[in-house]
Amino acid sequence: MGLDIKIPIGLMFSILGVILTILGVVTRGDTEMYEQALGYNVNLFSGLVMLAFGGFMLLTSRLFKKKKED
Amino acid sequence: MQTTFSLGTIDWTIILIYFVFVLGIGWALKRYMKDSSAFLEAGRSLPAWVTGLAFISANLGALEVIGMAASGAKYGMIIIHHFLIGAIPAMIFLAIFMMPFYYGSKARSVPEYLKLRFDEKTRGFNAFAFAIMTVFSSGISMYALALLGQVIMPLDIDWNILGLHIGEFDFYLLISAMIVLVYMVLGGLTSAIYNEVLQFFLIVIGFAPVVFIGLKEVGGWEGIRANLPENMLHSWKFAGNAADNPMGVNWFAVFFGLGFVLSFGYWCTNFLVVQRGMAAGSMSAARKTPLIGALPKMFLPLLVVVPGMIALALTNLGTLELPLKEGTMVTDYDKVIPMLLMRYMPVGVLGLGLVALMASFMSGMAGNVSAFNTVFTYDIYQSYIRPNKSDKHYLKVGQWTTVVGVLVSIITAYVAKSFNNVMDFLQLVFAFINAPLFAAFLLGMFWKRTTGHAAFWGLIGGTIAASIHHGFTLPVGATAGVKGGFFGLAHTYGSEMAQNYWTAVYAFSAALLLTFVITLLTKKLKTDDELKGLVYSLTPKVRDDSKYWYQKPEVLAVIVGVILIILTIIVW
Repeated sequence: MGLDIKIPIGLMFSILGVILTILGVVTRGDTEMYEQALGYNVNLFSGLVMLAFGGFMLLTSRLFKKKKED
Repeated sequence: MQTTFSLGTIDWTIILIYFVFVLGIGWALKRYMKDSSAFLEAGRSLPAWVTGLAFISANLGALEVIGMAASGAKYGMIIIHHFLIGAIPAMIFLAIFMMPFYYGSKARSVPEYLKLRFDEKTRGFNAFAFAIMTVFSSGISMYALALLGQVIMPLDIDWNILGLHIGEFDFYLLISAMIVLVYMVLGGLTSAIYNEVLQFFLIVIGFAPVVFIGLKEVGGWEGIRANLPENMLHSWKFAGNAADNPMGVNWFAVFFGLGFVLSFGYWCTNFLVVQRGMAAGSMSAARKTPLIGALPKMFLPLLVVVPGMIALALTNLGTLELPLKEGTMVTDYDKVIPMLLMRYMPVGVLGLGLVALMASFMSGMAGNVSAFNTVFTYDIYQSYIRPNKSDKHYLKVGQWTTVVGVLVSIITAYVAKSFNNVMDFLQLVFAFINAPLFAAFLLGMFWKRTTGHAAFWGLIGGTIAASIHHGFTLPVGATAGVKGGFFGLAHTYGSEMAQNYWTAVYAFSAALLLTFVITLLTKKLKTDDELKGLVYSLTPKVRDDSKYWYQKPEVLAVIVGVILIILTIIVW
C-alpha cells in the first residue's frame, strides 16, 4: 500500500511525546500531582519513551529513505 | 470513592490528536482504493511486521483487554494459558502448514477456501454465520465503549435532535461509530490494519506505566505472591485436578479443549485474523505474519493479566475496593483496568491510557467490519446476489457494505443495551457454530478423500453436539438458561471457562467422527487436479524466497517455540 504506516505512527508518537515531555518538565517537582503515581514523574518518562519511539519510526520510514536517495 | 475520571485539557488534547491521526490515515489511503482488491484485501501488499502486529491486535479489542484483566483477578495465573498453549502452537501451525493454502490458492477469504475445497453449501453456511457474527461482535464492542464512556467520562450531554433524545451513551456510541465508518469507507482493510498497528503500540505504551507503578505499590512479584493464594500463582502446577485450581479445569481440558480445539479453531480458521495474513505482500510475509504476532502475544499477559492480579493483591491488602456490578452483590472484575488507570495516572498519561482503551474498542469494531466487508462482498453478494459484474461495481458494493455494516452494528449495540440475554444467547450460538470448524479444515487439508457432504454435515453435527453438551451442563452457581442446563443437568463445571473448553472438545470430536464416517460413505466429487493447492499431499512444497536463512518462517517458528517452552516453565 502506498502509504508507509511508519510515517503516521512516527508523527503521532512524536507529537504526543513532545506534549507529555513538556508537561513532565513543567510539572517537575509537583509532589501533589505525582503522589498518586507514587512520586514517579510518569509524564516525563512516558513522554521521552514516546519521543524516542516516534523518532525511530520516522527515521526508518520511507520519508527519510527517499531523501537519502535523492 | 472516586469512580469517574477528571480529565484535564491535556488529556482531551491527546484524545483529539489520536482521532485526527485515525481519520488522517483513512484520508491518506483514499487515493489508493482503486479496485476491490485494494479495498477488501489491502491489495495484498503489506509488510510482515504490519500484518503480524495487526494479527494479534485484531484479537486485542477492548473486550479481550478488559476480559483478560478481569480473568486475571478472578482466576489468577492460569488464564495465561490463553496467551501460551492456547494461542502459540496454533499460530505456528497456521504459519507452517495452513497459510500456504490460504495465500497460495485463489481464495480471497476463508469461506471461499471452503468453496474451492468442498462445495457451495459448506461455503454458504460458513459465510452467513461469519457475516452475522462479525456485525454482532462489532456492535458489542460499540456497546461496551459507549457504556464505559458513560460511566467513567460523564459529559453531561442531554440533547434533543429532531425529537430524539441523545444522552451520553448515545453520544459515545454514535461518535465512535462515525469515526470507524469514515476511516473504513476511506481506506478499507488497510485502514483497519494500520489502525490495529497504531493501537498495539498505544496499548503497550499506555498500559506499561500502570503496570509498573502497580507492581511498585504491591511490592513487585513477591508482593503479589504474598497476597494471592498459592493456586492463583501457577498455570500448570494445579491443573492436575479440576478441583485444585480457581478455574475448575484439569490438564486435559486445557491441553485439548483450549490448546487444540478452541485455539486452532480460532487462530487457524477465523477469517478475522487469517485475513491479516492474507493481506501480506508475499507468501513468505503471509507465513511470517502469525509468527511475528506470536512474539509480542506471549508477553501481553504482562500488560493485561498482571493488572488483574495486582488489583486482587491490592484488594486482599485492603487498599483497593473493586466495585460491585450494578444492582448485584457480584464483584465487577471488568472495572480492573479503569480502576487502576484512575488510581495511578495523573493528567497527561491518563489521557494516553484512555486513548489506548478507546483505540482498542474502535479497532475491535473496525476489524470485524473489515472481515464482514470481504465476506459479504465476495462470498455473499458476488456469489448469490449479483455475480459477473465489473470490479468497479464490487468496489462500490464493498464501500456501501461498510456503511451497512456499521449501521447494523449500531442497531446491535442498542439491542445489546435493552436485551442483554439476547446477546448472550447469540454469542453462544456462534460459539457452537465455530467449535467444530477446525475438524473440517484438518481433514480437508490433510486427507484428499474428504468430501463436501461430509464436511457440511460434520459442521452441522458438531454444532448440534456443542448445543447438547451445553444444554446438559452448567457452571457452578449458575441457573439454567443461557449458561446451560436447558435440557437437564448431567454435570456441573468449576467455571464458565471449563464448560467452554469441554463444549469445544465434544463439538470437535463429533464433527471429526461424522466427517470421517460420511466421507467413507459418499463419493469424492472433486478430482485431484481441482484440489491442487488446496490439499497438503497435492500441493508442491512452497519454496521460501527469504534472503537469509534466519528470515525463513521455519526458523522463526523454532524461535517462537523455544520461547513458548521457556515461558511455560517460568509460569509453571
